[in-house]
Amino acid sequence: MLSFYKSTIGKKVVVAVTGCFLFLFVIGHMAGNMKVFLGYDRHGVHHIDAYGHFLRTFLEDAFGYGGFLWLMRGGLLAILALHLYTVMQLQVLKAKARPVDYKKQDLRASTFSARTMMLGGFVILLFIVFHLLHLTLGTVLEGFVHGEVYANLHRAFRSPLTVFMYIIAMAALGLHLRHGLWSFLQTLGLDNPDRNKCIRLGAAGLSVVIVLGFLSVPLAIYFGILIPPANL
Amino acid sequence: MRLTLYVWRQPSADAQGDFVKYDLSDVSPDMSFLEMLDVLNANLEELGKEPIVFESDCREGICGTCSMVINGRAHGPESKTTVCQLHMRSFQDGETIYIEPWRARAFPVVKDLAVDRSAFDRIIQAGGYISVRTGSAPDANEMPIPKVESDLSMDAAACIGCGACVAACPNGSAMLFTSAKISHLGLVPQGQPERTKRVKKMVEQMDDELFGSCTNYGECQDACPKGISISFIGRMNKDYMKAKLIEVEEPRKEVESQ
Repeated sequence: MLSFYKSTIGKKVVVAVTGCFLFLFVIGHMAGNMKVFLGYDRHGVHHIDAYGHFLRTFLEDAFGYGGFLWLMRGGLLAILALHLYTVMQLQVLKAKARPVDYKKQDLRASTFSARTMMLGGFVILLFIVFHLLHLTLGTVLEGFVHGEVYANLHRAFRSPLTVFMYIIAMAALGLHLRHGLWSFLQTLGLDNPDRNKCIRLGAAGLSVVIVLGFLSVPLAIYFGILIPPANL
Repeated sequence: MRLTLYVWRQPSADAQGDFVKYDLSDVSPDMSFLEMLDVLNANLEELGKEPIVFESDCREGICGTCSMVINGRAHGPESKTTVCQLHMRSFQDGETIYIEPWRARAFPVVKDLAVDRSAFDRIIQAGGYISVRTGSAPDANEMPIPKVESDLSMDAAACIGCGACVAACPNGSAMLFTSAKISHLGLVPQGQPERTKRVKKMVEQMDDELFGSCTNYGECQDACPKGISISFIGRMNKDYMKAKLIEVEEPRKEVESQ
């Protein structure tokens, strides 16, 4: 198992599989966010607030309050760390494998998204840190109240600068996913020339859906489509 | 045709190299790229200068010896073409052309445009063979092979081992070459006995030669003069995963009588 990880193919598979787990989280996160558009339930609690509460009380009997959520967070963080560590090892190898660069290099086959994987990944990493401080811990958000998800969103996305930052981050995520999704299937040998076009188109389509899904929340709030809660 | 050439000159493996500018006139558009370099070398020899070292052999696009990066493209601007089959009509009168050797740590420059590609030979030696019965030749078609598989195997076997995949890959990865060599044997019945051992040995040798890893840019299949598909890389990955994680070979144990 360890000798598999030591090989370049092993590392490539690890990046692909950890990337796939992170992708599944991203899909789940995006789908969960859509609760913002559901309005208030019959108890007068906003659906997104109830959802936040649900995530903490899910499997409470077995893991305690917030226990399962922390388990998931820990797992995600470990997966992310493995993804980053392996990519960094491969980057070192890349620099070693081509010590002298070409004077001229005319790249034709690689896509923009493939060439910006490292840059985009770095932007996403910075965004993850900011996003956690912004809407999970609330450290960098003025007036943040723990548990008031819907109100916090309104506090956050009044600022055009914040909305703009989220747009940039989501664009980076979309490009990263476009190459990452196709790459995952190619690495595991699941692609094939007959269905490659379909896979590439599917990867691009899914990335667009995810980006639009995520951005719908800050944009709907900024442009007043979602009405602020009564206490704001 | 009149051309301005910037050619990489490096006297030896350890020496510092640099681009040298050459102006060449009266180039016929019907010359091959190598013939153009032959003319340049003849001119240099007449002037008592050291001719440019470059490799070539068959000059009909099947041996994989010629190797140079022309204006940032391995084997030049035309697709599915080796340098010897590239003609000067693919360039414009008055064009500036940069000529560089394959760039990879695993392919050290020997002199000028010639690089040492014996890393590929060592990958082949590691497992690119099959066990065959010696003695009289077997009957033709003795072993039935499905058409689809034999065609796919031949697609992989088209690899001439020129190294353009490594030269074109921004990561300096040799996965297209290695996967083609693993696949053309692994797809037919003759290659089955050593299939597991082969993929392990060849991939490990590839890593030992310090080629980079693959990030699915797809530049290799674009540069490949034989149009070999990156789907063979996926196939190799699958074979390697199977060999390392599922069909792990146990060391042979003595079978005791009961």
